[in-house]
Amino acid sequence: MSNPELTPDEIKQADHNRRRSKLLATLFVIPLLLFIFVTFVAPIGTMLYRSFYHPTVYELIPNTLDALDDWSEDGGELPPNPTLNTFAVELKSLFEERLSGKLAEEINRALPGSSSLIKSTARQVSRADTAELEISGAALLFDTNSKWQQIELWQAIKKAGSVFTADYYLTALDLERDPSGEIVQRGTQIYLDLYWKSLKIAFYITLLTALIGFPLAWYLANAPTRVANTLMIFVLLPFWTSLLVRTTSWIALLQTNGVVNSTLQSLHIISEPLEMMYTQFATVIAMTHILLPFMILPLYSVMKGIDPSYFRAALSLGAKPIPAFIRIYLPMTVPGFSAGALLVFIISIGYYITPALVGGTEGQMISNLIAFHMQSSNNWELAAALGSLLLLLITLLYWLYDRLVGISNLKLG
Amino acid sequence: MVQFPRYFTIWQKLGLSGVKLTAWLVLLFLMAPILVIIPLSFNAEPYFTFTEGMLAFEPEAYSLKWYQEILADDKWLLAIKNSFYIGIMATIIATVLGTTAAIGLTRADMPFQRMIMALLLSPMIVPVIITAAGMFFFYSQLDIAGSYIGVILAHAALGTPFVVITVNAALAGFDYSLVRASLGMGAKPVYTFFKVIMPLIRPGVISGALFAFVTSFDEVIVVLFLAGPEQRTIPRQMFSGLREEINPTILAVATLLVILSGLLLFTMEYLRARSEKMRSATV
Repeated sequence: MSNPELTPDEIKQADHNRRRSKLLATLFVIPLLLFIFVTFVAPIGTMLYRSFYHPTVYELIPNTLDALDDWSEDGGELPPNPTLNTFAVELKSLFEERLSGKLAEEINRALPGSSSLIKSTARQVSRADTAELEISGAALLFDTNSKWQQIELWQAIKKAGSVFTADYYLTALDLERDPSGEIVQRGTQIYLDLYWKSLKIAFYITLLTALIGFPLAWYLANAPTRVANTLMIFVLLPFWTSLLVRTTSWIALLQTNGVVNSTLQSLHIISEPLEMMYTQFATVIAMTHILLPFMILPLYSVMKGIDPSYFRAALSLGAKPIPAFIRIYLPMTVPGFSAGALLVFIISIGYYITPALVGGTEGQMISNLIAFHMQSSNNWELAAALGSLLLLLITLLYWLYDRLVGISNLKLG
Repeated sequence: MVQFPRYFTIWQKLGLSGVKLTAWLVLLFLMAPILVIIPLSFNAEPYFTFTEGMLAFEPEAYSLKWYQEILADDKWLLAIKNSFYIGIMATIIATVLGTTAAIGLTRADMPFQRMIMALLLSPMIVPVIITAAGMFFFYSQLDIAGSYIGVILAHAALGTPFVVITVNAALAGFDYSLVRASLGMGAKPVYTFFKVIMPLIRPGVISGALFAFVTSFDEVIVVLFLAGPEQRTIPRQMFSGLREEINPTILAVATLLVILSGLLLFTMEYLRARSEKMRSATV
């Protein structure tokens, strides 16, 4: 800035002031930034790291894996006997610490069918003396089961033992490595199907909320203020009601002996109860109900700002009502539509609670499988890889939302 | 009621009436599921559906026993206590941090404003299942998984975006010359904050705090992953109830929660009306 009326000292002073206020603004933001960093960003980072990092097997049999480092798995030969002895010793101590089952589970993921072999062998070697195993562990392994002479098994152990791996991403994308190391498609498609199904369910929900949200939003925007304000309560009360409460309602409604079935039966519309619970239908309808306010509120606020005289002008200039509606009114509602639709889509794609409670197996979404691998199968690395892919998808949608709507324009209620 | 203009043809009138009817049906779809559980919670039988006696309005088909069951069950009482304790603590943290950050963010000279805003709002956008999984990994390393601190910090993180948004909106019409005037007349910054800024943005702060509280009060997934049996909350208790043994106690709890959300809605609307009045008064 070269303003001739300011002296260099004044310019310096102004710069100083600007820097000071910049610093002050930053100081206000820093506490929350730090907080979010520790409580939110670092956890997400840990999850991304966990999707590559898999130390479990290495922690179980470190000495064996260190020894296997020197062995070339493509050489067509078994690992040298001292390595096998080390493995036998470690297997014995794992059995004593009741950890051999965990090892069996881990190796089984790399080579299906090896779980029982490892468990029974662990029992056998535990009877032997450690000193004895240090010398002749290999022979004992071969005695227990001839499968220990197969190179594939040792390849699987080495593979399961690598600390950094992209294999969980391959699994999450239904890919695997064949014995020669080429990446091929798996026989059964689980996860890609599930991502596809989640996208489809999210799409149905978005479409349904848009279809039924539009007439209501239009009516609210065009009704007299007092009527609109009163009716708005009926939109906002569900919005403020606990998600669990709304899911409970849908269970009460959709159950085999639930409200809907008993009403239809007493009206003699149906003779047998309809099976609506634990289906994809239940997931879609319950989530449509739960997410509908997220569509109605942005649509309403956009429609509220549309000047009705445009539509009237089109009519008075001779347009038919329906073409006038499609070509004049509808385009003006697009900002509300895109905001509502993206919000509903983003929220529904990562939904967990409602599908878990009303969806059964058919109505499950990707989040349910992430939770399954976190809590039941304890395959945390796979859960992390699935989560990271979901995060990537959401980030893309979030970026799109910011581009189209602007994240700062997000309003609540 | 919408008055039809006189030049409308019969078809246009019919069409508009159809839209109106659809709107009312959608309102019914929104409200009916929530209203239906209220009478069901007074069921004398352990069912999730209306019994014949209830439909005939026989007094003995109704009872308050599921409400008494809540009061008699230590698990529910602990869950209620936990929900309020965790919710209030998380709300305090989220409101203090979120309000200060929003004040800094609305200054025009804030560097990287857009990027920081996107980062601060991300806990709201990232699916909670991902957040919860990451928190489980990270908080276990810090040894705060399975503790009140862990759940409170997690819920505070999830609540901050709402405070940032509402305070941001309240500050949109804020006139910073008021701050300069106050400071220029010798008021200390802290005094200025509480006596000049705070009264003007209070509706925004309170509605942000309510959002943060509801976020925590309604949250299940983080609790599922992070909390031990000691930290079970109401939604967590409902979740396992719905999965394992469904009985109308859950409906009684649900009814109480509907009443609570009605109160919250009322407070929010009151606050919004006030902030609108305040805005029209200052501008």
